[in-house]
Amino acid sequence: MRRTWSALAAITLFAAATAGCSDDGTGGSSGGGSVPGVTATDVLVGTHMPLTGPAAAGYSKIAPATKAYFDFVNASGGVHGRKISYKIMDDQYNPANTQQVVRELVLQDKVFAILNGLGTPTHTGVLDFLKTNRVPDLFVASGSRSWNQPDKYPGTFGFNPDYTVEGKILASHVKETQPGKKVCFLGQDDDFGRDSLAGIEKVLGPVAAKQSYVTSNPNVGPQMGALKQAGCQVVMLATVPGFTALSLGTAAKIGFKPQFVVSQVGADLRTLSKQLGAATPLTEGLISANYLPMSTDDANPWIQLFKKVNAQHNGNAEFDNNIVYGMSVGYLFVQSLQAAGKDLTREGIIAAVEKGGFQGPANAPLRFSADNHSGYGGEQLSKVEGGKQAYFGTPYETDNLDGPVAAYSAQAATPPQNGIPAAS
Amino acid sequence: MDRFVFLTFDGLGRGAVYAAFALALVLIWRATRIVNFAQGAMAVATAYVGYSVAGATGSYWLGFVVAVAGGLLLGAAVERVVMRFVDHSSPLNGVVVALGLVLVIQGVLGMTYGNEFRPAGAPFSRDAFNVGGIALLSRFDLFVFAAVFAVVGLLAALFTRTNVGLRMRASAFAPDVSRLLGVNVGGMLTLGWALAAAVGSLAGMLVIPTELGLHPNAMDIVFVSSFTAAVVGGLDSPFGAVVGGLIVGLLLSYVSGYLGATVAPIAVLLLLVVVLLGRPGGLFSRSAARVA
Amino acid sequence: MSATLAPAVSTGRRAPETRRRTRYLLWTLAGAVLIVALTYVLPPFRNYQLATVGAYLCVTAGLTVLTGLNGQLSLGHGALMATGAYTVALLQERMAGQGQWTLLVSVVAAILVTTVAGGIVGLAAARLRGPYLAGLTLAVAVVVPAITSTFDKTFNSDQGLSVYVEPPPLALGATFPYERWQAWLAWTGALLTMFVLATLVRGRFGRSLRAVRDDEAAARIAGVNVARTQVLAFVVSAACAGLGGALFAVLAQSVSPGAFPLSLSLFLVMAIVIGGLGSLAGAVWGAVLLVALPALTHSVTDSIDVSPAVAQRLEGNLPLALFGITLIVVMLAAPGGIASLKPRRRKA
Repeated sequence: MRRTWSALAAITLFAAATAGCSDDGTGGSSGGGSVPGVTATDVLVGTHMPLTGPAAAGYSKIAPATKAYFDFVNASGGVHGRKISYKIMDDQYNPANTQQVVRELVLQDKVFAILNGLGTPTHTGVLDFLKTNRVPDLFVASGSRSWNQPDKYPGTFGFNPDYTVEGKILASHVKETQPGKKVCFLGQDDDFGRDSLAGIEKVLGPVAAKQSYVTSNPNVGPQMGALKQAGCQVVMLATVPGFTALSLGTAAKIGFKPQFVVSQVGADLRTLSKQLGAATPLTEGLISANYLPMSTDDANPWIQLFKKVNAQHNGNAEFDNNIVYGMSVGYLFVQSLQAAGKDLTREGIIAAVEKGGFQGPANAPLRFSADNHSGYGGEQLSKVEGGKQAYFGTPYETDNLDGPVAAYSAQAATPPQNGIPAAS
Repeated sequence: MDRFVFLTFDGLGRGAVYAAFALALVLIWRATRIVNFAQGAMAVATAYVGYSVAGATGSYWLGFVVAVAGGLLLGAAVERVVMRFVDHSSPLNGVVVALGLVLVIQGVLGMTYGNEFRPAGAPFSRDAFNVGGIALLSRFDLFVFAAVFAVVGLLAALFTRTNVGLRMRASAFAPDVSRLLGVNVGGMLTLGWALAAAVGSLAGMLVIPTELGLHPNAMDIVFVSSFTAAVVGGLDSPFGAVVGGLIVGLLLSYVSGYLGATVAPIAVLLLLVVVLLGRPGGLFSRSAARVA
Repeated sequence: MSATLAPAVSTGRRAPETRRRTRYLLWTLAGAVLIVALTYVLPPFRNYQLATVGAYLCVTAGLTVLTGLNGQLSLGHGALMATGAYTVALLQERMAGQGQWTLLVSVVAAILVTTVAGGIVGLAAARLRGPYLAGLTLAVAVVVPAITSTFDKTFNSDQGLSVYVEPPPLALGATFPYERWQAWLAWTGALLTMFVLATLVRGRFGRSLRAVRDDEAAARIAGVNVARTQVLAFVVSAACAGLGGALFAVLAQSVSPGAFPLSLSLFLVMAIVIGGLGSLAGAVWGAVLLVALPALTHSVTDSIDVSPAVAQRLEGNLPLALFGITLIVVMLAAPGGIASLKPRRRKA
């Protein structure tokens, strides 16, 4: 039975190898005084992101941008004397990998919190684990409504406006400016598409025609053909960037020219033009909405700040909305750390976020409170004109229920002089 | 009716690119009795090079030629450097090495070009001709058809009319006997890999502009569809690959159009079950009793 | 080697088989002791990884029987795992809060459902060879997300379902680490699988499996029912995949189609080939590699200190490339897999 020996050897070898590189921590976050991931000079947070694989396009730039903002803060002494370390784990957008890497972050690396974990199917799988281990789960990078369940998941907070909020805002613009037009919908076949359509139909009533696509079949010819035949004049898209580009291209191919109204998720002009190349003029007139400053808006003081950080700490990576997003997340986390005070605990930061009142780069309100853990509650419309994507009108806010879509008139905040939020 | 006509042409356009890539799989199967799981990744790698050249010189056609030539070189290199040293006593060893190559190629492409989408332009307009309000084929679709038929014709001529083609077939089926008869079996294997990779690169240049764009994983889904197409048609038959490609393309289009995009993979599975239960060697298998 | 036993009289045959079974039982017990000891030494995350190895081992061991011993290639075992995982998720949801026993019921049900699914695939597969079998099973692998979104009322499409799992029994103590409990659960399944499969493949069934793999015509002449053996191999292998999938669902406490992509099915095949196709020991190596290799390549990359611009390029991509290179190098250096590298080598 030498093979059995070999089998046992394999396991023992594995154990020896892993035990060798693990510290002698006994696990568990119990124990008075010491908070996991926090020392007098450091605080360690982690995230999971798709850095490789089909879903990595665009998203892989977010976490490095957040890290760059932390490095910028660290360079002037950190927060309450603590430097922020940010550990980025690649999960390839595969929920099974997310399970592994988040457990590694929490159990092995003993992170203080999980920040901005990306994706609905991926992050949904670790909610229970994070709750059991009482790990703050801050500013999840997706517009699902699942993050706003304070009773069930007290430590989980969203960031993006949820897809229903966005659907309502886009739909009320359509209702106002395109009355009587035939409005149709093409969406991804998951919560993104479903929630988005729910928001649209709350405002507009049933759409004239709806179609869905799956990411595993990169052809929307049949769907676009159906919308064309239905005589659609406005097509609302709940699509990721690749499929926005594909939809625009396919529509042009079959001579179908409706007004496109696109979810913020898939409407970043720079990402789209990368994919469309010479066909970029197809984006002309595209309506979308967003809540963070546009990467191309050089006059915006936040963009000036983020560009400076990008040059100093991010290897001057190509500046786009993903970088703006990543740095905005970093800014909000630093605000939360400041608000949590010098004696940093997991309960303390959750209480600080629930207290809310953060002003940052966004033009929409953050909704955090003890019974609301969803992220931004509004967006401002944007339009592509002359090859530039820019905001127009005023920001709107609404909820994901039957509340009205109302103008949000608060003055946009300006960044502090040194670019670092002050202790509150 | 309009809808049916539209979906038919949409499906034929898709099917043609699957056919092109399935041809590459058939070619390497005939030459070496291996299903090259790295075919997609290799095609993407050469497409990156092709588009880099096209971008730098401004000439699409120069990039196109470089991509196909790059395919020839890469195929030959993979055979000479890696595949030659694989122990083929178990057919799975080749498969695992090919899968390893996929990871290496995707990793290297990610490091060199980043994991972002890049635009992949087409040499002809992709706007379809409209007949009576129904969009039919575009110039680019016609170019794809022409390219696929040219490749089928050239391959048929190569394998049936030329000495080299005969040697390649002999080396694949009976390497030892061929060696005794003075055929340079190793050289034939290298040639087979080179040709197959070149056809794969050509197919990549045809497929990528119609999809999401240039990305290290751009051919993953195409590989699955095209492999299905090759299996449906029969891996030994280039003609089968073309027919299989068109069948898969049409099926995907009809099912997405009439039943919804989510159902499409289920339809493909059913197609495979029906075809393979009737003809375990694919539609165009020559002998029913071959045991590979 | 088994052929030499064939002419022995019946009483002479019984004895070695019983003795062999006792020996397997002893090995299994030794394995159990080793695992329990390990779970007390290792920190929580390592225990979780150990549990994952156990869940993978169920699948790789079953796949070794199918592919290694019977010569049938399956690229669809990820889908069979998903079948087991979703069964557990749906049943645990119904029986939530009724006690630890529900888990056993769910897991057994998962095995049964997957066995039926595997039987259906096996019936079709028995007619197919080589790449045609690969093509069919590949189509099975990619059908998972399509099914979960087509029947999204039941399976909740891409977002998947959460799996209700009881905390460790209180009898073990109030502070019993959850990851240790998970490792125990997973390895109970894994060791059971190994014991049953080891007994099976040494017996008559195993001889039929190998006979069919080596030469179908000869096996038929020797009286082996080739098609039946092939379907049976698929069924046994599917049952193991169902168990593995069920354990995955329990470990992750969630199931979603994204966790069972085509790459999982391909990685499973890679694991058993790299581990060593001919023996169950290869399956153990394969399961260990599935967990350890990605972690190792990641930590190698992590230890390289470079500027942020370069780091962004390497992140994720370098581990991928290293993983691929390892596969190729192992395959070239040890065509029979890692398990064949033992100094005293026997033919299966």
